[in-house]
Amino acid sequence: MILQVENPVVEVHDLTVSYDRKPVLWGIDLTLPAGALVGVIGPNGAGKSTLIKAMMDLLPAGSGYVRIFDKPIGQVRNRISYVPQRESVDWDFPASVFDVVLMGRYGKLGLFKRPRKADKDAAMEALQKVGMQGFANRQISQLSGGQQQRVFLARALAQNADIYFMDEPFAGVDIATETAIIELLRTMREQGKTVIVVHHDLQSATEYFDWVVLLNLRLVASGPTEKILTQQLLEQTYGGKLTVLTKVGELLKKQEFPSRER
Amino acid sequence: MNEFFEFFSFADANVRYVTLGSVLLAGSSAVVGCFTLLRKRALVGDAVAHAVLPGVCLAFILSGTKNPFILLLGAFITGWISLLTIDFITSRSRIKEDTAIGLVLSVFFGIGIILLTAIQHSGNAAQSGLDKFLFGKAASLVGEDLIAFSLVAVLLLVATLLFYKELTLLCFDQAYAKTIGYPVRALELLLTTLTVFAVVVGIQAVGVVLMAAMLITPAAAARFWTDRLSLMLVLAALIGAFSGVAGAFVSYTAPAMPTGPWIVLIVSMIATLSFAFAPGKGWVSRLLRQRRNKTLILEENLLKLLYQLGEQKQGTLAPHTFQEILERRAIPQKLARTGLRKLGNQGYIEKTPEGWLLTGQGQRRGERVVRLHRLWELYLTQYLHLASDHVHEDAETIEHIITPELEQKLMEELGFPVLDPHSARIP
Amino acid sequence: MNAFWIILTGSLVATCCSLLGCYLILRRMAMVGDAISHAVLPGIVIAFLFTGSRESVPMLIGAGLLGVLTTFLIEFFHRYARVQADAAIGVTFTWLFAIGIILISVFAGQVDLDQDCVLYGEIAYVPLDLWITGGGLSLGPRTVWTLAVVTLLIILFIVLGYKELFLTTFDPAYAAAIGISTTVWYYSLMTAVSFTTVASFESVGAILVVALLVAPPATAYLLTDNFKQMLLLSVLAGILASAAGYYLAVWIDGSIAGAIATVTGMEFMLAFLFSPARGILIKRKQLQPVQH
Repeated sequence: MILQVENPVVEVHDLTVSYDRKPVLWGIDLTLPAGALVGVIGPNGAGKSTLIKAMMDLLPAGSGYVRIFDKPIGQVRNRISYVPQRESVDWDFPASVFDVVLMGRYGKLGLFKRPRKADKDAAMEALQKVGMQGFANRQISQLSGGQQQRVFLARALAQNADIYFMDEPFAGVDIATETAIIELLRTMREQGKTVIVVHHDLQSATEYFDWVVLLNLRLVASGPTEKILTQQLLEQTYGGKLTVLTKVGELLKKQEFPSRER
Repeated sequence: MNEFFEFFSFADANVRYVTLGSVLLAGSSAVVGCFTLLRKRALVGDAVAHAVLPGVCLAFILSGTKNPFILLLGAFITGWISLLTIDFITSRSRIKEDTAIGLVLSVFFGIGIILLTAIQHSGNAAQSGLDKFLFGKAASLVGEDLIAFSLVAVLLLVATLLFYKELTLLCFDQAYAKTIGYPVRALELLLTTLTVFAVVVGIQAVGVVLMAAMLITPAAAARFWTDRLSLMLVLAALIGAFSGVAGAFVSYTAPAMPTGPWIVLIVSMIATLSFAFAPGKGWVSRLLRQRRNKTLILEENLLKLLYQLGEQKQGTLAPHTFQEILERRAIPQKLARTGLRKLGNQGYIEKTPEGWLLTGQGQRRGERVVRLHRLWELYLTQYLHLASDHVHEDAETIEHIITPELEQKLMEELGFPVLDPHSARIP
Repeated sequence: MNAFWIILTGSLVATCCSLLGCYLILRRMAMVGDAISHAVLPGIVIAFLFTGSRESVPMLIGAGLLGVLTTFLIEFFHRYARVQADAAIGVTFTWLFAIGIILISVFAGQVDLDQDCVLYGEIAYVPLDLWITGGGLSLGPRTVWTLAVVTLLIILFIVLGYKELFLTTFDPAYAAAIGISTTVWYYSLMTAVSFTTVASFESVGAILVVALLVAPPATAYLLTDNFKQMLLLSVLAGILASAAGYYLAVWIDGSIAGAIATVTGMEFMLAFLFSPARGILIKRKQLQPVQH
């Protein structure tokens, strides 16, 4: 069941993404409504992170296109924010919590300009929102997993974007942080922001999201949570391997075939 | 040219020794290099190579002689220490491996240089020739030196053969090796020791600065020709040995030339050619394969078009003009003409006065492409839930790649369908 | 006076290298720095053959471009020919360096460089090559002027691009998402490394460039958790090593470059053992992460 919406914030059209010519996402077609908390759900290796990275044009698309706010991504970069997976950076990096949160302002500042007071205030305010104001001068190497996640979140908040992509923000964090984060996401939704979250826990998904995207190499379903999180659709997502699809993918890689003829 | 025959007639006993020595030295380090390369620790060899210099100098200062065994021992000790230092720094601090390698490499070499220059300035008459360790000089490989270095090289080869199975496992699947009870730590030490030995003997030929190339380059080149480790070892040894001989020849004909850079230059050329032209993995053969794919796609598309044109006319085998084909699908004229000509030569189509006509063989192949196209469209709509107006483009590619086995499987999974998502008949 | 000029030369090289090295080691690209510092050699020799001098701007640019080309070549081997990453680095720089050495041997008569100088430079001769104006006024060694300009440019580069370099080093994916080009800053950094290497090469040789690119930043990295402090500390460590190295070399009558490299190693060892926060011999109560 794939439900499309009118005036979507994100429109993905016939998107195929390949690593080394082997497609990891096949022909994704979806639209997401504005002001929703969207969960991207699927088993390991289903291509969840790949999907949000491709939406932000961080990975080249083999075919198809993505439009955000009805514009090509290059024109709306300053309205987009991204919370990468926590493990994607080196937390031994010599930086303080405040340094990292301030990075959220870099995109708006432009080349050669240094952060001003307004930027620093915005960063501090973002830290307050995640309950980390007391840690501003703490070195990032001294944070727990949950605190690291909050710092990343604060960086995204400092950006004051309109659409947020978050890659597994709940992975490996404590209960307190998880609750704090979800509260924050709800507040953001109330302010009309769209938040797209890669998530792997089915149980909390029902509670957290109002729109769910089920993914496993292909789009299985997309729509309001209560319509999508059904036994049948979940079985389709998690069960039954598509052997033919996988084999064709491997053939494309081995034969070095183009994913599109031209 | 004369020198060439003089050298390769091996009439001169000296030439025989030097050649034999270079072959052993370069070949044995190439073999060990294969294992370090596969363990993704290629650059560690670079650090070890630079780190043997202070060892050689210290051994000379302490012993006062240039006895090869003593210098070898010194080199071996500091080489070993450098590896331990890298491991120690990375495990006990937040310094990452690349930094540790760069650090150990430059600092050990710095110490080596200061010792070497101090020895040179001291005016010790016995010191001349120590600096050949910097860039190597195969021609000076005579007498005692030759025996010492060759002995180590042979030992190295024997050890590699003896522990072939264990080292292989260590390189491919360390975790598995551990679970089935291999002494992984001891094997690591063994490989480390072998690496140090390889460097110690190799520097005689190429010198410390470029020694890394003797470990990395033959192995990287051999990797492109085969997926089998045993063959890779043999190839790497051959590539190493060949460049060793070439180096000895250069050293023989132009004594003023440093040998090391020539050996490295030759081995690098072999490697670059391998990267480019090795069948299967090489860059060019990949480009060719991509080109072949394009031709395949073009030809199959033409057959498909002719088949589809026939379909419109209720399956009668009628000839179709060039215009008809291009009207159905915009293919650049020139490409289409060459494609048609080739298909004609292969017996898939015939040229008649009224246009192009599919032969029986061509009919079958065109039919198969159309069938695969429609099967794949159906598969995408049924299993991937794609809208029927989005499946065509994907099928345009996949129709050319599905094997008969996959075709069979597709038929089964789709329950031997009759109609595609656009209600066209699946032939 | 000679001691002053030599130490000044060393300090200028140390400043450029240490600053850039901080970015390299945090990006885990120390060995790419090593590769560039070796690979510029053929560029230097060829530029030398064409221009006949060591100090000209064309030479600096020509050889510097070869350094950037090295990064492209490594990238090409890795991405298009699919050579394993570390092997791509190893093959590329040994090859180019070998070509450089061979060129030196072949054109020994025309090129005023020798094999040993390539490795450990001729910093001791820096004060001999003076820049004398038309009026006969001596302005000090040429090399110092060249290096001073390069150092200023590097500092300018780091000050102006501070936040972009910082962000693309720490979290390239986020940088790309908010529209800061990681490729542009990567190649800018590599260009800076190339030019620094070329400018420093003749006075200190390939090895000291590597030592100064890696050791002072690694030392500073063990001493502080603040990036700006890390930049400053590594420059300090580099300058200190230049001075101490000079006197060490004089004392044991050896190569100055070798001695400076040795001192940078000692500095690192001290930091490794006794750093207040992370020294392995310091049993200070560390701030443990709060575990929930």
